[in-house]
Amino acid sequence: MRIVSYVLKRLAYLVPVLLGVTLLVFIISHAIPGDPARMMAGQKASREAVENLRRSMGLDRPLYEQYLRYLAGLVQGDLGFSIRNQRPVLEDMRDFFPATLELTLASMLLCVTVGVPLGILSAVRRNRPIDHLSRIFSVFGVSMPVFWLGLMLLLLFYRHLGWLPGSGRLDIGIDPPAFVTGIYLLDSLLAGSLGTFRNALAHILLPAFCLSYVYLAIITRIVRSSMIAVMGLDFITTARANGIAEIVIISKHCLKNALIPTVTITGLSIGELLGGAILTETIFNWPGMGKYVVDSVNFLDFPAIMGFTLVVSFAYVLINLAVDVVYAFLDPQIRY
Amino acid sequence: MAGERIGAWGRGKRPLRINVFDEFRRQYAWQIRELGFMVRLLGRNPSAVAGFAIIAGMVAMALAAPVLAPFNPIQISLGDRLLPPGGAHWFGTDELGRDILTRVMYGARISLWIGVIVVVIAGGLGAVIGAVSGYLGRRFDDLIMRVMDVILSFPPLVLAMALAAALGPSLNNAILAVAFVMIPKFARMVRGEALAVKEKQFIAAARASGAGSLWIVWHHVLPNCLSSVIVLGTLILGETILIAASLSFIGLGAQPPTPEWGAMISVGRKFLMDQWWYATFPGVFILVTVIGFNIFGDALRDVLDPRIRR
Repeated sequence: MRIVSYVLKRLAYLVPVLLGVTLLVFIISHAIPGDPARMMAGQKASREAVENLRRSMGLDRPLYEQYLRYLAGLVQGDLGFSIRNQRPVLEDMRDFFPATLELTLASMLLCVTVGVPLGILSAVRRNRPIDHLSRIFSVFGVSMPVFWLGLMLLLLFYRHLGWLPGSGRLDIGIDPPAFVTGIYLLDSLLAGSLGTFRNALAHILLPAFCLSYVYLAIITRIVRSSMIAVMGLDFITTARANGIAEIVIISKHCLKNALIPTVTITGLSIGELLGGAILTETIFNWPGMGKYVVDSVNFLDFPAIMGFTLVVSFAYVLINLAVDVVYAFLDPQIRY
Repeated sequence: MAGERIGAWGRGKRPLRINVFDEFRRQYAWQIRELGFMVRLLGRNPSAVAGFAIIAGMVAMALAAPVLAPFNPIQISLGDRLLPPGGAHWFGTDELGRDILTRVMYGARISLWIGVIVVVIAGGLGAVIGAVSGYLGRRFDDLIMRVMDVILSFPPLVLAMALAAALGPSLNNAILAVAFVMIPKFARMVRGEALAVKEKQFIAAARASGAGSLWIVWHHVLPNCLSSVIVLGTLILGETILIAASLSFIGLGAQPPTPEWGAMISVGRKFLMDQWWYATFPGVFILVTVIGFNIFGDALRDVLDPRIRR
């Protein structure tokens, strides 16, 4: 099968890219800041203490040796040691990851359930008021400073209307559901506590919308343009001539073909959402990896920042690979 | 005399006087006609006009800030702390009694400057890297493109944040970080164009007359990529301004008391619940500016792309 060889080829190509990613993170974290040992020991430490630390961290060795050591550590899951939390970065990541995953999935869901229908609607009602509205909605989406949108949402829905809570994943006083997936919306349902589910849902609405708006805008535009492209094709005219109902043509014949580029863009935006989570989680006090890294930035906790950067870019690369594979699978015309 | 010089071939009794402007117009007649055509097309495109108007307005505001702004952007006046909009302070004041309208106007200088300087740095470096890579090809091209792939393997904001944090929080470091992240976008595009230009006959002619590779890249390849670099630069300006403002918001860009929009929102966030105006107005200006660049850039791309040209 050609698709298998394609996947294998992509997997082989993954190795140099991931190595390159680790090298770039290594360069940023080891070569740029003046002195990691001084950073680790704090400004007040004596010169001797810094020297000792430097030796024990292996910072007196040549750079390539340090890099190899760093790689060897990574393979064993050693992302460094967080100065702020005084524990391995990997443990921090494990604790903060589920919250980010929950927020990302919720945003993704919003993107698809709102973006796709909106895109179809504006393609079907092309150049009518609804299309113009959706165009304005999209232009605002791609131009919006995410952090400002978050603040405005808080101002409106939390401060003035009081409809939705403003920070965290649950109200204070409500215990998180028993840990199954770490995703509160799922865990609370599994535990059968509807009250917790409702509370978690109320908490996630604003941050999820805030995070998804940019990609919602992009997905709407992509669905619209690919729908319009497909609707102009001959087989659609044939279907119309055969008297097939418009709704069937749109939902079955057009949409199926128009969804291929949509899958790509949706997959790609999962990776981008991880980046956007930095700002959204900070605004909404969402205890995920994004808020963790901003707190680390304010503390100049370099191991934590670099650990986060590495984890997110690995996820980004892997998701992009998965998207490419799905794409090759969906569209038989595409063979590389 | 201004605009005139002695013609090089005017030897003999009377030196021939040539108007430099006329000469320029003759030499670049084709390009000037093309430019005029483009401007007319853009003028007929409502979103291009709207985008251009927004950009022009922001630039005018930035340039005229010292004249138009009613107050001093960094002078503290504790008696006027956190005044709501109205009266002498249209947009209210901040926690140190500074006028927010004034600071927003000065902020336009910083944000536009960041956008332009980032695009110039990233566009310049990216274009050179891409052109050399595409023209030389082979091993060198492979290596450079793998490096670009690695940079593209990070979400832009994440890499910019890591770099800015490592370099240390300051406006200049944020500019460097954002420019670094943007280089591959230019390099990839210019490389593609360089691959096409490389096959043209005038390149073969230049090579036959003994021109070196770097000379050809500089005199033939890069000039042919210039217009796409400009379009991409316009398209990327909005994104650049957003990323730079985001860095400032998380404390890695402009530092107080610099009146930068993202940094203002970052401080204004602490006062959000009771002093809504503080964080709101700088954000409106970011949004409007980025909209301006985005719709103008889109229109420019449409006009320059002959496949979509109508």
